This record gives sequence, structure tokens and C-alpha cells, in this order.
Amino acid sequence: MLILECPYCGVHAEETELHAEGEAHLKRFGPGSSDDDFETYMFMRENPKGVHFERWRHSNGCGKFFHAARCTMTLEVFGTYSAQTLEPPKDIKDKISAKRPGWSWGNFS
Amino acid sequence: MSKVVSALNHTKAHGFVKVEETGVHGMITVRGDLASKEMAAALKAAIGADVPDVRQIVHADGGAVAWMSPDELLVMTAYDQANDTVAKLTEALGSVHALVANVSDARAVFRLSGENAREVLAKVAPVDLSTEAFGAGSFRRSRIAQVAAAFWCNEDNSFELVCFRSVAQYVFDVLKVSAEEGGEVGFL
Repeated sequence: MLILECPYCGVHAEETELHAEGEAHLKRFGPGSSDDDFETYMFMRENPKGVHFERWRHSNGCGKFFHAARCTMTLEVFGTYSAQTLEPPKDIKDKISAKRPGWSWGNFS
Repeated sequence: MSKVVSALNHTKAHGFVKVEETGVHGMITVRGDLASKEMAAALKAAIGADVPDVRQIVHADGGAVAWMSPDELLVMTAYDQANDTVAKLTEALGSVHALVANVSDARAVFRLSGENAREVLAKVAPVDLSTEAFGAGSFRRSRIAQVAAAFWCNEDNSFELVCFRSVAQYVFDVLKVSAEEGGEVGFL
């Protein structure tokens, strides 16, 4: 079972109290963007075996969105962090680097 | 005005724990900056309570205040005091960016009383309800079986639970089954 700590209310919530909300750190390309940019934004998603960043919502709780860094292969959770950020915080990245040296995901590594 | 009736009109069930719907209550959703001095002053003025800590409920003479999320509180009063309290809160918050709404009629409230009340909840909510983790004054928003609910622990170890009025019958049935004689777990 997946257990994530909500960074807003501090609850160690199990999966049934949360809702998965897709990939984290998407940059929106809206009206006026090129077709290629829009297609990438709309359809192209990371699908890694290993380190992954996701958006979750504490839907049966405080209702806030947050980000989670975890491993899709082992279900290990590296950490959760605020949704009000454009990239994973340094301490989360350091934790991942310690356990998965040489990892990369999207523009992050 | 027509007579106010709660969702299940004080329905009770007796198992190893007593489950009862406790009638109408005044409930007010307050959203805003919980750390602001205006919020603290407004709560003091309206019901005489302090701003609760994260996942806590604070009781006062005028009612109670529960922590719902980083920017939301639930203020509980007597049903007939709700509109007055809304007026007091709105006035005290003045021009601060905030929302105060009377949601009394959207909710149902249940009480679980008896020695093993926490067992009844622990069976239907994904929450650590051990006495160390969830004592008097603890408040938690979570789910009861398939629907959203919030509950808290009182000084006398009874539990009170708030859910949406539209799912009151479902929640009552779930709690009733969970509290049936012979269903004791004896773990908590």
C-alpha cells in the first residue's frame, strides 16, 4: 500500500484517502503556442521505470494538492513537497541522488 | 418558517457502542489566513475560542472551532446562533480576504459513545485511532467507508462525526453495522 505524508496537514495518508492527479511539474502551452509545444504539453508524459514525480491531492482530507517523488518500481517514497513550486526542492533531489545515483527525469537530475 | 428537522431526526442504534444522530447544529465554514491576527480576534469575538492547531478542535463557551485545512476552519455553535455568529465573524473580519458561510443545513452530526467508541470508527476509517495517536481534542478529516467525513474525540472518550446531510443514512448504517454486538475487535 502506498502511504504519502501530506505536506499541508502532516497526515500519513494511505492511498484511499488520496487521489492521483497525474504528472508533476507540467508546463502549460495554451493559445498562441506552436502545435508541437501544445501536443507535447497535452499528450506526452513521462513513463519511467524508477524515479518519478507525481501530483497528488489529499481529497478525503485537507483537500490540498501536493507533489510526491517516488520510485515506480519499488514503490519507495523519497518525499512529498508543496505544490507551490516549479521544481523539486533540493533536499528531495539529494535524497534521490543518494539512493539512485545518476537519476534523471524530464529536465531534472 | 417551517420546523427545522435534522437528516435522521435523532435516530439511535445500540450495539457495543451507542450510535446516535444528534440533531441540528450550527456550522460555519470560515476560510482565510489562519495565522492572521484578524482571524484570531474574529474567533475570540464570535465564540470566545482560539485558533486551533493543525488537526485539533478547540472548545469554548460559545461553541467549538476545528481545523479543516491550512486555510479553513469549521465553527460549531447552537443551530439558532449560526446566523448571529456568521454576522459577528463577517463584521470582525472586516475587509480581510476571507469567507464565512453558514453550512448548518448541509451537514449531519453523529455521536459514538461507549467504552470502545474508537473501535467503531477505526474499522471504517483509514486513520490511526489508538489512544496515543488520537486523544481528546484531536480532529481529523478523512473518509467513513466510501464517503468524506470529519470526526473528533471528546474528553469523555466519546466521538462526534460530521458528514454531508445527503449521505447521513449511509453513514448511520455503516456505523450501526460497525457497532454491532459481537463486532468488538479488542485491539485499541
